[in-house]
Amino acid sequence: MTDSKYFTTTKKGEIFELKAELNSDKKEKKKEAVKKVIASMTVGKDVSALFPDVVNCMQTDNLELKKLVYLYLMNYAKSQPDMAIMAVNTFVKDCEDPNPLIRALAVRTMGCIRVDKITEYLCEPLRKCLKDEDPYVRKTAAVCVAKLHDINAQLVEDQGFLDTLKDLISDSNPMVVANAVAALSEIAESHPNSNLLDLNPQTINKLLTALNECTEWGQIFILDCLANYTPRDDRESQSICERVTPRLSHANSAVVLSAVKVLMKFMEMLPKDLDYYGTLLKKLAPPLVTLLSAEPELQYVALRNINLIVQKRPEILKHEMKVFFVKYNDPIYVKLEKLDIMIRLASQANIAQVLAELKEYATEVDVDFVRKAVRAIGRCAIKVEQSAERCVSTLLDLIQTKVNYVVQEAIVVIKDIFRKYPNKYESVIATLCENLDSLDEPEARAAMIWIVGEYAERIDNADELLESFLEGFHDESTQVQLQLLTAIVKLFLKKPTETQELVQQVLSLATQDSDNPDLRDRGYIYWRLLSTDPVAAKEVVLAEKPLISEETDLIEPTLLDELICHIGTLASVYHKPPSAFVEGGRGVQHKRLPARAGSGESAESPDVGQAVSAVSDAPPAVIPSQGDLLGDLLNLDLAPPTSNVPPVPSSMQMGAMDLLGGGLDSLMGDESETSASHYRTEVQSPQPPECSERELGGDVGGSPAMGVSLGGAPVGMPAGLGAAPAVGGGLGDLFDLGGGVGVTAGSYIPPKTVWLPAMKAKGLEISGTFARRSGVIHMDLSFTNKAMSVMTDFAIQFNKNSFGLAPAGPLQVLTPLSPNQTVDVSLPLSTTGPVMKMEPLNNLQVAVKNNIDVFYFSCQYPISLLFVEDGKMDRQVFLATWKDIPSENEAQFQIKDCHLNSDAASNKLQGSNIFTVAKRTVDTQDMLYQSVKLTNGIWMLAELRIQTGNPNSTDLEVGVIFLSGLNSNLPSSRRRTSWHALLSAPHHLSLTTQSVF
Amino acid sequence: MIGGLFIYNHKGEVLISRVYRDDIGRNAVDAFRVNVIHARQQVRSPVTNIARTSFFHVKRSNIWLAAVTKQNVNAAMVFEFLYKMCDVMTAYFGKISEENIKNNFVLIYELLDEILDFGYPQNSETGALKTFITQQGIKSQHHTKEEQSQITSQVTGQIGWRREGIKYRRNELFLDVLESVNLLMSPQGQVLSAHVSGRVVMKSYLSGMPECKFGMNDKIVIDKQGKGGTTDEAGKSELGGSSGKQSIAIDDCTFHQCVRLSKFDSERSISFIPPDGEYELMRYRTTKDIILPFRVIPLVREVGRTKLEVKVVIKSNFKPSLLAQKIEVRIPTPLNTSGVQVICMKGKAKYKASENAIVWKIKRMAGMKESQISAEIELLPTNDKKKWARPPISMNFEVPFAPSGLKVRYLKVFEPKLNYSDHDVIKWVRYIGRSGIYETRC
Repeated sequence: MTDSKYFTTTKKGEIFELKAELNSDKKEKKKEAVKKVIASMTVGKDVSALFPDVVNCMQTDNLELKKLVYLYLMNYAKSQPDMAIMAVNTFVKDCEDPNPLIRALAVRTMGCIRVDKITEYLCEPLRKCLKDEDPYVRKTAAVCVAKLHDINAQLVEDQGFLDTLKDLISDSNPMVVANAVAALSEIAESHPNSNLLDLNPQTINKLLTALNECTEWGQIFILDCLANYTPRDDRESQSICERVTPRLSHANSAVVLSAVKVLMKFMEMLPKDLDYYGTLLKKLAPPLVTLLSAEPELQYVALRNINLIVQKRPEILKHEMKVFFVKYNDPIYVKLEKLDIMIRLASQANIAQVLAELKEYATEVDVDFVRKAVRAIGRCAIKVEQSAERCVSTLLDLIQTKVNYVVQEAIVVIKDIFRKYPNKYESVIATLCENLDSLDEPEARAAMIWIVGEYAERIDNADELLESFLEGFHDESTQVQLQLLTAIVKLFLKKPTETQELVQQVLSLATQDSDNPDLRDRGYIYWRLLSTDPVAAKEVVLAEKPLISEETDLIEPTLLDELICHIGTLASVYHKPPSAFVEGGRGVQHKRLPARAGSGESAESPDVGQAVSAVSDAPPAVIPSQGDLLGDLLNLDLAPPTSNVPPVPSSMQMGAMDLLGGGLDSLMGDESETSASHYRTEVQSPQPPECSERELGGDVGGSPAMGVSLGGAPVGMPAGLGAAPAVGGGLGDLFDLGGGVGVTAGSYIPPKTVWLPAMKAKGLEISGTFARRSGVIHMDLSFTNKAMSVMTDFAIQFNKNSFGLAPAGPLQVLTPLSPNQTVDVSLPLSTTGPVMKMEPLNNLQVAVKNNIDVFYFSCQYPISLLFVEDGKMDRQVFLATWKDIPSENEAQFQIKDCHLNSDAASNKLQGSNIFTVAKRTVDTQDMLYQSVKLTNGIWMLAELRIQTGNPNSTDLEVGVIFLSGLNSNLPSSRRRTSWHALLSAPHHLSLTTQSVF
Repeated sequence: MIGGLFIYNHKGEVLISRVYRDDIGRNAVDAFRVNVIHARQQVRSPVTNIARTSFFHVKRSNIWLAAVTKQNVNAAMVFEFLYKMCDVMTAYFGKISEENIKNNFVLIYELLDEILDFGYPQNSETGALKTFITQQGIKSQHHTKEEQSQITSQVTGQIGWRREGIKYRRNELFLDVLESVNLLMSPQGQVLSAHVSGRVVMKSYLSGMPECKFGMNDKIVIDKQGKGGTTDEAGKSELGGSSGKQSIAIDDCTFHQCVRLSKFDSERSISFIPPDGEYELMRYRTTKDIILPFRVIPLVREVGRTKLEVKVVIKSNFKPSLLAQKIEVRIPTPLNTSGVQVICMKGKAKYKASENAIVWKIKRMAGMKESQISAEIELLPTNDKKKWARPPISMNFEVPFAPSGLKVRYLKVFEPKLNYSDHDVIKWVRYIGRSGIYETRC
């Protein structure tokens, strides 16, 4: 008997025929008909019209038929809620059936019927099944609680199912325990603070016992749950590890990976001098290697995880290089991952083998793989100094093959090698130059141009080479344009006599004919530099560049720690935190590695030193990826931006900042056009300066980005500003132009939190918060010296971030900072730094330097920090824009328990630069229409609905609408949190920490 | 957890679709088809994220199996589950093909309902499943109450892989030690990497709930016993001769879920109650002292731009009394090959244009022998600048010993409740060494 015939009934009138068959008296015919219905359902046909007829077949003693009907029900109940009620009786009855298989089937199916009206009928049967005598029914009921919770969380809590579920952790049957753990873990994810799982040594013991007895899947649930536990001390941690290690020999790779996760996490707590610690490290390597003999898909998952493990604890696999050699028949995704790990494991000891392999790979067929192999050779050169020479000669061999993409890739990495070992391998430049014409990818072109510019004095025809690129200047990508500009300026500074014409050409191309603000700004800076002080220009442009350091492409340490807690899961495959790809609040709390017990504070203790050295030895992201080769222009080192800023009292400095950053562009807006042309005539020949300081300031004002990057030198106070009435005192007023309503409440400032614990930073503890004060963003920092020695020479720098936040001045720390002293510093920030989208959006990576070391940490700033003071939109404009916004840019959410009436809310929000444009009252609802502008010019419009009837427990409904640009990248949870944080603070500070929505 | 499971044919038509979670909509089915099956460029990862939905897929012949989720699931578990599902389906109806899936779609839905609940994998041992999921749905009604509770306690119990009350007139077991030896050798004959991945497959036809204990020449065990000196098992190898190496170093091993892992961890003894029928008891890997059954010595000479001379020598490296079988040497040829002339001492050699290779087959070859092939390859002149990549020469063979040196020392069976003893069980052991990826670069 074959069932495939059911797939082939596609004639007309089918539904009608099926209806007749379903109502047939003959059992066989009925069953046939139901099968046909399921087959149609599978291929995507809508057979919901048959709902009553199919449900009629439910009352049967034929188990197979029953299962088919249930399958149908699960699919269509939601679309036919009223009729689904018809099924309730059967479920209730089936839950009483003497056959445990039928009881379980009923309870399993019940939970899949997502109809509100039905769920309450199901509580009683479920309660019975949770206490059923048969373990098969109990294990099914345990999962059903999770299903019900997904439909109606409140109901599950009210009915006390959570407690019953907790009791099941002590069940005598291991599979019931495993399913209860799985269900509780899932429910706990949506209640981050509920302590639902209540892991304590007793329950842990129960779980560990069940671990030995349950199915492979159950073991995974239990291990994943164990990984969320934080042992009280190193002894408990060790005893759990001891009981988990046998799982490393399980045939199921997922069991092995979950066990590795538990061990990697708990290992953090073990003192490094413990014998057991060493044993554990040794035990981890073989199972990881074994994973590589699994099926390719699993190998891929394993390799992605090994990549993390190797970064966290390189010692585990350092001797296992060979197993990562690529096999000819590996699928491409396995090949690429293996290559990545090979480079991470490369060391002086094995570099010869690695290089031989890489050379082999560079001749393969797959273009991506070959490219990566070539790049890997470059990374080896940078990582293992002794091998640099061999790497370079290998690369030259590859260039000789003339395979286009190989050549381009090789040139990109040779540029990095030059950065690492300056003045060592210049002999190869001639060979590189031969291939100039074949370069068609921007990155390779940019790299080549960089090389020509950097070594212009040794290349006889450097000017010709660069000139040849200049012809198609406007067709080049930005990366190449910027590089070309810099290279020609370098060339000019090195050989001023013969290249004057060239430099003028490029400056005018960059400043006059380009629409790209970055290019224009850089052009102007060079132009200004060259024309005012060529000596200074030389010092700046030809300054010695810091060497790039060895380890590259490392995952940022805090993210790495989080990912280690997610070993085996999708997060570890994507190398992204769950919040980056999981919708809603479920399962996105950040996980952290536990802190090591015992030897805590002292920075010299070897274990902490290890953790820190992983960071400090290898500053992340050192090989600049595309586009920021140019990072070397001014600011790659960690020294305070420029030293020509006189140490003004901070308030005064702030004021100056404001003017240049925000106010000036409006004041100077009209002038910028003319000043630009003024420029042109003036700098036609880059001769010693003719323009006065005064004009300089004015020009700078024309482009706000430059204003700040030049350090906001007060000398530049332009003439134009004198006309503004409010220079002296209330600078703040300048920004409150539009706002008719006075500011009644300040913006919300979160309390200071510890960003960098002393343990991680050799005794330096940094805590801080962000605030917006009179239009300037401030980073308020507290430095505490918890070490024994004095700290001096503080400096700060930010990584590129989503909104271009950057320090607007040097970090002014009262130095020296003696032991146990705390100093508070307020650092004004500008938003004109380099921009790169971060994950999460408001993440900020910070490097702080002192006389001891460089430390890295990351923190998150409230989005409200970026709301600017001129965010009030005109009524008419508001109305017009509101209509034009596409619906996908819309988000809605509710804020519960907010004890504010509309006026108070409006005032409070205004404090944070959320402006009420209009107000309307309909029935018992107040509607506020509001506008917000971000520092990067994005507008957000919002409609706030407030119930006026009951002021004590007012629910706010907010509809937010975003305009243009970045908005779609803004995760919805983030938007909500920021709104919520603004509204509920300070009354509900606790709520701001959790994403309630 | 897993939000849904789809099975497609090679055209992307849905054969099976089962959704477990509300966050997976019907459009997910199409998203996978459009973005993966019909993707213009071949997908480069078994995990694909499309609009915040993650798809895991595996392919069996031309059938796609995809698991879908919107959460941060345990990715390793999802793949393990997909493989397991393939195993279960194969155990029920044989090869996974479009026809078989269509013919058994009701059964597959029934299985999917059982082995995956709300996206959480449940007991998926075919031994247990077959007791209550049958192709004759009616049968399950006729279970008595005792039978029913036996089924449920087995499915949820500690020994979910074996049912009670199995009886055989003849208690018999077969052990197959199957090894695949992997080699990557440089043209100069240097071993770049070599390892053996082995499996011990057991076919057990034993009555009752037998307690088994398996022993092999594991270095750690032998050394331990050597020190103790008085253990009763030492030296007494019941099965398999004790020739060759005394003991082998096992890098790592994994076991079927029936093996008590904590006991292995503490005492390194392998004890278990086996499933009925065929299953894989353990997998292991060794890298030390591997016997490489064959050595390949390549010699490639480029004569001008249009001719290539290839000479390959193979040497067998094991006891002369043993015979290797199914030997096949595959010598890759450039894409622009126009003609090939081959001369070989033994076996048959042929140039296969469609595979761009010379395939040299030898039926049997004894140990410590040597054979040779030479070929002249005519090339068409091309203006392709890129050099030919020279893929490695690969080899296939089968030998009647374990290249790792593993020996089975004993497999003891105890069944206290039934009246048969270890001596009554008929035991068979067989060693087969096969080539895995056995390559020599040229």
